[in-house]
Amino acid sequence: MSERVKVKKKSPAPVAAAKADAALPALGIKGMLRWAWTQLTSMRTALFLLLLLAVAAVPGSLFPQRPANPSIVAQYIKDNPDYGKVLDALQLYDVYSSAWFSAIYLLLFVSLIGCVVPRAIAHFKAMRSQPPRTPKRLSRLPEYGTLVIPADAGIPASDAINGAAGLLRKRGYRVDVRDADGARPSIGAERGFAKEVGNLIFHTSLIGVLVSVALGGLFGYSGQRILVEGDTFVNTLVGYDQFTPGTNFQSGQLEPYSIQLNKFDITFDRESQGKFGQPIDFSAAVTTKENPDAPARDETLKVNDPITLGGTSIYLTGNGYAPVVTVRDGDGNVSMQGPVVAKLQGDNYYSSVVIKVPDAAPDQLGFVGFFLPTAFITPEGVSFSADPELFNPQLTLNSYYGDLGLDNGAPQNVFELDVEDLTPLNARNLDAGGITLTPGASYTLPDGKGSISFDGVKRYIGVDIHHNPGQAYALAFALLAVAGLILSLYINRRRVWVRTGTHEDGRTMVEYGLLARGEDHRLAAEAAALKGLFATEWQLEPESPDASQQTPSSKRDNNAGSPTPAGPAGPEKDQ
Amino acid sequence: MPFGINETMGQYSELFMLLAAGTYTIAFIAFAWDLAKSSKALRAIDLKAAQAESPTRVPVAAGAAQAGSRSDASHLAGPAGRAERPSSSAAAGNGGGVITADGDMKYAAERRAPARIAVALTVLGVLIHAAGVITRALGAGRVPWGNMYEFLTTGAFVAVAVFLLVLIRRDLRFLGTFVVGLAIIMLVAASVAYFTPVGHLVPALQSYWLIIHVSIAVLSSALFTLTFAMSALQLVQSHRQKTVAAGGADKLGFMRLVPSALSLENLSYRINAIAFIGWTFTLMFGAIWAEKAWGRFWGWDTKEVWTFVIWVVYAGYLHARATRGWTGTRAAWLSIVGYLCVVFNFTIVNQFFNGLHSYSGL
Ligand code: HEM
Repeated sequence: MSERVKVKKKSPAPVAAAKADAALPALGIKGMLRWAWTQLTSMRTALFLLLLLAVAAVPGSLFPQRPANPSIVAQYIKDNPDYGKVLDALQLYDVYSSAWFSAIYLLLFVSLIGCVVPRAIAHFKAMRSQPPRTPKRLSRLPEYGTLVIPADAGIPASDAINGAAGLLRKRGYRVDVRDADGARPSIGAERGFAKEVGNLIFHTSLIGVLVSVALGGLFGYSGQRILVEGDTFVNTLVGYDQFTPGTNFQSGQLEPYSIQLNKFDITFDRESQGKFGQPIDFSAAVTTKENPDAPARDETLKVNDPITLGGTSIYLTGNGYAPVVTVRDGDGNVSMQGPVVAKLQGDNYYSSVVIKVPDAAPDQLGFVGFFLPTAFITPEGVSFSADPELFNPQLTLNSYYGDLGLDNGAPQNVFELDVEDLTPLNARNLDAGGITLTPGASYTLPDGKGSISFDGVKRYIGVDIHHNPGQAYALAFALLAVAGLILSLYINRRRVWVRTGTHEDGRTMVEYGLLARGEDHRLAAEAAALKGLFATEWQLEPESPDASQQTPSSKRDNNAGSPTPAGPAGPEKDQ
Repeated sequence: MPFGINETMGQYSELFMLLAAGTYTIAFIAFAWDLAKSSKALRAIDLKAAQAESPTRVPVAAGAAQAGSRSDASHLAGPAGRAERPSSSAAAGNGGGVITADGDMKYAAERRAPARIAVALTVLGVLIHAAGVITRALGAGRVPWGNMYEFLTTGAFVAVAVFLLVLIRRDLRFLGTFVVGLAIIMLVAASVAYFTPVGHLVPALQSYWLIIHVSIAVLSSALFTLTFAMSALQLVQSHRQKTVAAGGADKLGFMRLVPSALSLENLSYRINAIAFIGWTFTLMFGAIWAEKAWGRFWGWDTKEVWTFVIWVVYAGYLHARATRGWTGTRAAWLSIVGYLCVVFNFTIVNQFFNGLHSYSGL
């Protein structure tokens, strides 16, 4: 808890507060718990937990993280047999869901609640109570000044105090006039309650952000799908290549919308030297339907510009080429025909291709190789892709026959073919050599196993589909937090007291003092502004030596050479 | 792509950047000269005053206009309720002998010719630098912050420009060597290590969020740069004040041009508060952009991790300022650690950490 609240608490029960501070847990279980709670909700603990949170977040950037990339984590553990497993046991691949990271932020938020609730109550009370009583000696306050109203002005002490009260009210202070008709009337005034309100909003909103994020994890889902030109995705579980449900996901949540990829265009950089051939624009023309009976709509899907449909957002996250092939089996039947998604491997869309033909008879067929949009072969025989566009497309393949192992139902990665149990037909080191195809060409496999033809090339896109119900709330709370933060940092909470009295010779003496609560670098400016306002109100020459006593702040103004005798000196607008 | 590439513009830009770096170098020398000369002059004044057998406080006040007499004004010692800090007592108690600079960092009456020359040169440099940044933008047909080279050149420009803007209201010329020196380093690093010819943005960066998110990040970083320098000076100054208060010798005479540790702390707090709001926006807008680009607003990507770490460290700094026993030196350390994280996030993370943000253009 902040110092101020502590100070406040001390005044009614200084002994109890002192005990809590002394932190001697010789008070039994109850006392111990109370002690622990006081510690947890102290400002020092909050600071400690905050710094700890910063430190704890770092390992997540040093080690690969499972949620982002499970395969890299597996590889990392394999590559580092000595400590890879140890790191795993310490949850260093799942930092942000690890027990220790969670413990830190949960403690922090418990501390925050324990901090915010009492502060809110204290502040609510403060807002409803009157400004504190006028101190005996205003001159002890950090800002202090006096004014003298000449006797012939005809402004008695009570009028002066009411005038000052009016001015302060206009300036946004909450004002309490005391002893208005007495000999020494005074004012207690306070402003800037919104500072504390802002602080409370800020901290409460942080809790809101956390809860919203949790909400997204519970009820959200996400998935991926690859769409070749011409393909249609329907938003059902089977429509996804990969699907990650939230903890409370129900398949009934999926709206049966559909999205068809008509055409995918890429613009490559042909202008600059350094980035020649780099993609500078991706654009997917799609047709969407809200549900099977809804009218079709043509839309464009781009990077940074998702499509929203059925409560989900659809993102363009990847793309590549899909060579279209036709495979005939040993019996002469077409056993496979269509585009094959080629997986990106290197520069300029150098991609790997795996073709599995389980329907081929009498033997199942498999192909493994590469697709190059602009094939180029060095004198040493190394092939690479010289350009991302289809200037010289080429498919180079090895072929196999045998049992692909697909029939036992075990799921397989479509981008990999386990060739261990297969018999090679074509490879560079075999007599038959490898297969090299250009569009329109076909190749007859050795031993009458069939043939393959390369019919053309299509493009494919990878889309991510996300549904996160917590997102909008998270944003709302974040905005609220910023608003609260700005209030909290830029509103100054101040108190002003004014006291007046009548001198024996009939002059009305005015003294005032200001006190800031918390950071307030403009208190002196406020004092100067108030002095200017008072002087105008009572038509005084503020800088004439007998009318006003110099204060530190007005001395500074003198030095700066810009006294403002009549008008109010507005608060400095620095920063 | 709406705009084409203009390589000639890009070459002009390189030339301007070089000229700016050259001008800054001369400005840097002038700033350093100012520090050296002023500390010599101050020592001479002290010496004379000591011969005249004046009490400790008078000589400085007499020598360097009214600066000394101002620094003991009560409101300069910081907000009420913070007077119990060790740094504040040092500032108030020894305002006369140790510190010459104005606690409010307002301009004093006496002229410092080298400092004026240095500022004039910096203004010239920043104008040339602005031309470099603008021609770069024209050459690439987009905002000039799409890769490391551009982050560095534009970032250096913003840092110097922010510094000059603050100079309008506050006499922070004692930071000149630091800010201009940093700008030189950034420009040199950009041209030597990160040079990238003008080019198009990769599709991942083609978003108006690039304009919003990165500009605020660069601006906040520029402010953090200022507070880093002030916090570092605060540590030195507070050490020096303690040494002198304990009767030790004052070995760092040039630090008299630097305001008291408490004034530094208070001003850097105010700047850090602005920069923290800016960083909060950076983080939020980054999250909104991530949602637009990748479908999730937060995924603990390395860059996101470090942006978060920086945010939390500065939140810790703001808390420290409100925690008894953590103001002053410790808060300054937090501000320094925060800035080191900013630098780390920009250099090491951009280059060596793989993540979705790996489009630094290297
Ligand atoms: C999620 C963790 C937290 C974050 C990110 C955070 C952030 C901040 C920030 C940025 C400020 C400065 C702005 C302002 O004055 O309102 C602040 C102030 C403050 N925070 Fe926190 N806070 C966190 C947790 C806590 C906790 C647990 C406590 C209580 C123990 C706490 C108590 C305070 C108080 C009392 C202030 C006002 C300081 C002053 O008077 O200057 N905060 N917080």
